[in-house]
Formats: sequence, C-alpha cells, structure tokens
Amino acid sequence: MNHNMLKRKDLFWLALVALMALVPAVSAITANSFLMHVLILILLYACMAQAWNIIGGYGGQTSFGHSVFFGIGAYGAGMAVVTFGLSPWPGILIGMLAAAVVAVLISYPCFKLSGHYFAIATFAVVEIFNRMFMVWYWVGGALGLDYPMVEEGLKNLMWYDSKTGYYYCALVLFVLIFGIVRFLEGHRFGYYLRAVREGQETAESLGVNSTAVKLAAMALSAALAGLCGAFFVQYNLRVDPGMVMSLDMSMKFVLVTILGGAGTLVGPLLGAAVLIPLQEYTRALWGGLGGGVDLIIFGFLIIVIIIRQPAGITGIVRDIAKRFRRRPADEKGGASLGTA
Amino acid sequence: MALLEVRDVTRKFGELVANDRVSFTVDAGTIVGLIGPNGAGKTTLFNCVSGLYPVTAGRIFFDGAEITGLPSYRIARMGAVRTFQVVRPLKDMTVFDNVLVGAFMHGAGGAQARRTAESCLRTCGLIEFADRPAGELPIGVKKRLELARALATRPKLLMLDEVMAGLTSTEVKMALELIRNIRKEGVTLLIVEHIMEAIMPIADKVVVLDGGIKLAEGPPDQISHDERVITAYLGAKFSQRLQAKRGERTNA
Repeated sequence: MNHNMLKRKDLFWLALVALMALVPAVSAITANSFLMHVLILILLYACMAQAWNIIGGYGGQTSFGHSVFFGIGAYGAGMAVVTFGLSPWPGILIGMLAAAVVAVLISYPCFKLSGHYFAIATFAVVEIFNRMFMVWYWVGGALGLDYPMVEEGLKNLMWYDSKTGYYYCALVLFVLIFGIVRFLEGHRFGYYLRAVREGQETAESLGVNSTAVKLAAMALSAALAGLCGAFFVQYNLRVDPGMVMSLDMSMKFVLVTILGGAGTLVGPLLGAAVLIPLQEYTRALWGGLGGGVDLIIFGFLIIVIIIRQPAGITGIVRDIAKRFRRRPADEKGGASLGTA
Repeated sequence: MALLEVRDVTRKFGELVANDRVSFTVDAGTIVGLIGPNGAGKTTLFNCVSGLYPVTAGRIFFDGAEITGLPSYRIARMGAVRTFQVVRPLKDMTVFDNVLVGAFMHGAGGAQARRTAESCLRTCGLIEFADRPAGELPIGVKKRLELARALATRPKLLMLDEVMAGLTSTEVKMALELIRNIRKEGVTLLIVEHIMEAIMPIADKVVVLDGGIKLAEGPPDQISHDERVITAYLGAKFSQRLQAKRGERTNA
C-alpha cells in the first residue's frame, strides 16, 4: 500500500493545513474582520467545490443541482435550531443524509441522460426545489429561518464576537472533505470514477458497474455539499430559499472547480483562492458604483482565465512549472524560440 | 463442456439483420478465430456476447451459466473480457492507471492490483509508457494497451476485436507471440480478425461469418480450402478461376 502512504505532495498539504491553523495566532489578521471573512469564505467555497469535484470533476457528470443539496443541508441545521430549538448537530447529520437521498432519487433517472442533457436536467431540479421551499410553510417559506440568540460555542456552532471559531470550523471542514477526496484518489473507487468519466463502455467492459459508481459518487458529493450548506447557515445565522437554492449558487460550485481545475485535488482550493477574494474585493471596492460593475469585472476575469487555459488555474500553474523546467535545456540548445 | 456457447443468436438493427441464427462454441484452453469480410457481423456478434448490445433472439452461455441479457460489467466480472476494435483508451489517465482499473476487478486490494497491473504492462511491453497519458500514444501502443487492460482483469475468456488491424508486420508478429503466451497461461481466446493470414497459424478453430450468417466452422487448414469461404473472401470470379486451376491439377 505504499502508494497510498504519505508522499511529497501530502507533505505539502500537511504543511498548508498547519500554516492555516496558525493564521488566527496573527493578531493583525484576526483584527481585520473583513480579511477573516474572506479567508472563511475561501475555505468554505474550496470545500463546496471539492464536494462538487467528486461527481463533476472526477466523475465527469456536470451537475448544476448542487445548490439543492447545499440548501437541504442548510435547512437541516437551520430547522434543528429555529424550528426545534435543538443544537444544529443532529440537523446537520439528517440534512446530509437527506441531501444524499434526494441526490440519488434525482440522479437515478437523470443518469440515463448523457452529456449536456444531464446538465440541463439538473438545472430544472434547482428551480423545482427553489419554488417548493418558497411555498412550504413548515420550512419557513419565502421568509426563511432567522436564528434566535443562543449561547455561543461549539455546541451551538455559533460565535458572535470573533470569527476565529468559524475559521477553525471551516478548516476542519476543509481537512475532512479534502482528506476524503485524497483518500478516494488512491483507491479503487477513485479509479473507477475516473474510468467512467473517460469512457463508460470501456469501464463496463472492465467490470465497473458505472451506474452504481456514479450514484455512490453523487450521494457522497451531495452529502458533503449538504455539510457545507450547514456551515453556511451557521455562519449567516439565517437561511431562505433564494440564499441557498439558486442557479447562482449552483454556478459557484461549478465555476470555482472548473476555474481551479476540475478532477484535481488542488483545483478547488486554487479556484476558491482566486475567485473568492476577487468576488469579495470587487464587491467591496466597486459594489458601490452601482449597476453591478463588480460582477462585470468578476465575469470578465473568469473569461480571461478560461480562454488562456481551459484546464483552469491548475493548468496555468502546470504550464509555468513546465516552462521553468524546460529552460535549461533550451539554453543548452542555444536556440530561443520563444518571444522574449 | 464448452466455455462459451453461442446458440442461434440473431441481432437486428431495424430491418438489417447483422447476425442471423449464429451458433458456435469455444472450448476452454483453445484459440478460436472469428473471421469474415467487412460487414460480416463479427463485431456485432462480439458486442452481443460481451453484453454491449442485447440480442434480438438466441441465447449465450458462459462458464456454465446463461449470460444472455446480462449487463456487460457482470459478464466481465464472470471472466469474459473484451477489447475494442476502435481503441478506447481512458485518455486522461496514464497507461498504468488504465491497466490498474482492469486489475481492480476481482476485489484486489491496492498493492495487489498494482503488482498485477505492472506484470501485465511488462507482458505487453508497455512498461516504458507507464506514466504517459493514454490519449497521447501511437496507435500500435494503444492496441497493446487494450490488450494489457483486458489481461489485467485475469480473464477466463479473452475476446480480442481486431487487435492486429493497422499494425506493421513486425508488430503483428509480436502480437501473435503475445497471444500464444497468453494461451499458455491457460486463457481461452476468441479473436475477431479481418486479416486471415494472421489468425490461421495460431487458431485451433475458425468460425467464418458472411452477411451475418455462419458460413463455416472448423480447423484452419480445412477452412482455408473451403470454397464458400474463398468465394466470400475473393469473390465468385476468383473462386471459379481457383477451382478451374485445381481441376486442371487433378486432371493432370
């Protein structure tokens, strides 16, 4: 099993996590509430993208339905606190489970569709759930759920004064979800999932039950998206259908992953690390200009990255690394073909 | 008892009858060649046996059990594994990972699967390509990858769909040697081949298809003298000429 044991790449991840764990020790960072907010969002969106990456990147099934699973997770925690006056924890577990069940029920018929048709079908699902939650009184309808003031701490997963608690929660979420995907990458399930992406018939000819593999990946992906949703609602202390179950939110799952590099472990983190500061700072800087200037700039930058490198930021990083490695060889040859 | 039995298999595409009541058997430990001109229905039959297409009528048995209508992954798990004529590498995965997917089939753990994959890569002369993305390989290497990947599943019956088409003559020789070695390890082979000369020296039995119908079945030397087969391959005119020549020879 030495392939699955620690490699140099894993040491990089461990170092990164250790570094991130030390961030709140720097008082200059914790004092800047907006910076902490951005850091938390980077971690959260990296987690969301990684959850999507399981089925969308490794499995190659582009789902625009993930905001539904995200929303179900959010409502799980929200209802536990607001409706039942409990700690969010049982709600989180039930929400994750419900998200997985809904994902399987939705995907089973949708997996019969291939390629673009699967993506289109998942689009429709978001609209259905959005409307359903809007008119569903028991879950708060269009008004949503507003959190009461309860005691802060880990039991209620809630903090008022400082963002450090949320930051560590996001970090735990990050370690959990990235750890799961790292584990899958080296194991049979991960190989089967990629094989299904690369050629379903070929995979089946090698004994892979592609439907079961896709459904399992979807269930896991949805449950983790639900977990992210639960964190999201605990962070915002309110939830309504428009906040979570929207095409806008679904696009974030897809965009962050594709921009970072779908089907790679590091892609979702890179995507979130570039997109989220961009989104938050363009909003902070130009949001006041009105007319959505921040969103225009945001969209423009996405287009530029995608045109430059369809494999996303991971691809750009790889290209740069390649260029550095090739340079000595080029110099030896004496011929510089590049434009200086 | 035969390892594979195809019994009266018919496969229609709309009005087109691609296979018409085809029956034959493959005995364990043998190499059986499935030959015929272009459009004879060889690949269709292959797709029926491997579960890629449902049959219109007829039954298929493998290793003592009926496999008619089973999904292809279940047939593969039972030990009947195929390659594809139009190669289908898992493009974005490395050669090693391609073969590893096959090696994972029988519930093998990671370490064991990796050993199996490595040994299959060696057998097929692919070890130097192990870390290359499968989509970037030249065609001859891709064909060997198809073979290595199927071999990694440790099949009882290996079904090869034109693995030698498009190869250079040196590569064909290498492929034939490889096939002989695979048989030595106790694997039964069913080989679809367009090139008659390639299959004749290694096959124990040859089944000839033409226009979806089984034309002949028998040992290679018998088949190569069968007039219906010669007619199917060379056309009526050549067949007559050949017959005339033979007639002269017998008269002389």
